[in-house]
Amino acid sequence: MSAVMITRKVRKWEKLPGKNTFCCDGRVMMARQKGVFYLTLFLIVGTCSLFFAFECPYLAVHLSPTVPVFAIVLFFFVIAMLLRTSFSDPGVLPRALPEEATFIEMEIEAANGNVPAGQRPPPRIRNVQINNQIVKLKYCYTCKIFRPPRASHCSICDNCVDRFDHHCPWVGNCVGKRNYRYFYMFTLSLSLLTIYIFTFDIVHVVMRSVDNGFLNTLKETPGTVLEVLVCFFTLWSVVGLTGFHTYLISLNQTTNEDIKGSWSGKNRVQNPYSHKNCFKNCFEVLCGPTYPSVLDRRGVMQEGSPVSAASAVPPSSSSNPVSQTTKTTAPLIPNEHTPDDAKPSIADSAEKNSSPREETPMAPPLASPEPDAEVAVAKDPVH
Amino acid sequence: MAETHSLQDMRQQAAVAAKVFLQRDYTNGTVCQFQTKFPSELETRIEKQQFEETLRMLNNLYAEAEKLGSQSYIEGCLACLTAYTVFLCMETHYEKVLKKVAKYIQEQNDKIYAPRGLLLTDPIERGLRVIEVTIFEDRSLTR
Repeated sequence: MSAVMITRKVRKWEKLPGKNTFCCDGRVMMARQKGVFYLTLFLIVGTCSLFFAFECPYLAVHLSPTVPVFAIVLFFFVIAMLLRTSFSDPGVLPRALPEEATFIEMEIEAANGNVPAGQRPPPRIRNVQINNQIVKLKYCYTCKIFRPPRASHCSICDNCVDRFDHHCPWVGNCVGKRNYRYFYMFTLSLSLLTIYIFTFDIVHVVMRSVDNGFLNTLKETPGTVLEVLVCFFTLWSVVGLTGFHTYLISLNQTTNEDIKGSWSGKNRVQNPYSHKNCFKNCFEVLCGPTYPSVLDRRGVMQEGSPVSAASAVPPSSSSNPVSQTTKTTAPLIPNEHTPDDAKPSIADSAEKNSSPREETPMAPPLASPEPDAEVAVAKDPVH
Repeated sequence: MAETHSLQDMRQQAAVAAKVFLQRDYTNGTVCQFQTKFPSELETRIEKQQFEETLRMLNNLYAEAEKLGSQSYIEGCLACLTAYTVFLCMETHYEKVLKKVAKYIQEQNDKIYAPRGLLLTDPIERGLRVIEVTIFEDRSLTR
């Protein structure tokens, strides 16, 4: 037997830094913790299955066949939106390659001038003027870039995400520029589905009780009780969340900005991204262009292509000396701008605490505009 | 095409003298625009007007991609009605413009920048954050 070296094509997703899981050879991109996502899927599929099994046969005959048909359409739409939100790239910004990182470092050092020994260098902030407001761009020590406006670093996924909204454990992914509209359509359609199932559960029970009596009805269709329970608790949380996001969209704000109070308060900058018109804001967020992913997950790795400066994975296939020798050394500033590596521990421990704590089934994080402690930590707090 | 390959081979043999990174211009918000300030490192290599013309064209292309108008609205509504499955068979408007950008950059590289020992990298390969201009050592190749 001759020993033949079969070199496997290495795709770029295999070498991407960050804590994402990839499936289907890079086509699917999710966060690492997927347990709550499976729960979401189970609750939706389970409740709808019960509805189709117990309610639909009766209602199709006694009310109208369009009832189950519409339910099926709505169900598929909800699942499609959920999968689209969970599996797509939220708008991850790739980390700076070594040369770019060095270039930025040189610019920073030139801007700071001479710092006397013993003194901390000033925080790495760039001021830009957007629509006549001054917005500060922060430097990300992990990704070695100045974050674009509205971008934020998710400590759970360890990526900078453009137009970062929040990290949603219920969909198992970050919600950012690319998948925010799918997330919104998911919450909206889920609200409609929940209301629909809840309404027709009640209708079904009432109709059957008229013929058979209330207790007999419950005995014949035990699934109804379970559905009503799930839908009742879901209604408050999902409908509330949809309302909250509708409010955010009309103001062209992200959850992250709302929680940090970026555009509220007396001496704060007014939101420079808002068109000051509710419809224009909704139009931009929901009907804006569909941004492509800039990650190129399925591209094939070239031999000798550089790896990002902050990559923790040593390049096994490409041995590029540039990436080893020109590693930038960002000075550690121990105040508010400590590197993001210290922060995931807080988010991780909070994540572990939040998942077993089940207040309501099918309850996505925010039910009201007030910041929920569980959510605030699961989201990217300080950035 | 063969010409491109030979140019690329030449570039790979030439040593990289420096790289300049043109940052994004956020004065109009989060739309994709690049700063048109002419970097000093390129002063000896290319005419300011030529370079600014390239950048202006690129900015126009990106503005076209991100335009909020009836086309994006129709595309968005149609996609929503089909639960976004229409994108499995159709290319989005943004992707079409990105292809135009790629073609334009390649064309500019072949005609204008390669003869001057420069190389523009498509910003999509850098996450639409920077335009990377590679300056090769001037060995008087084609001057």
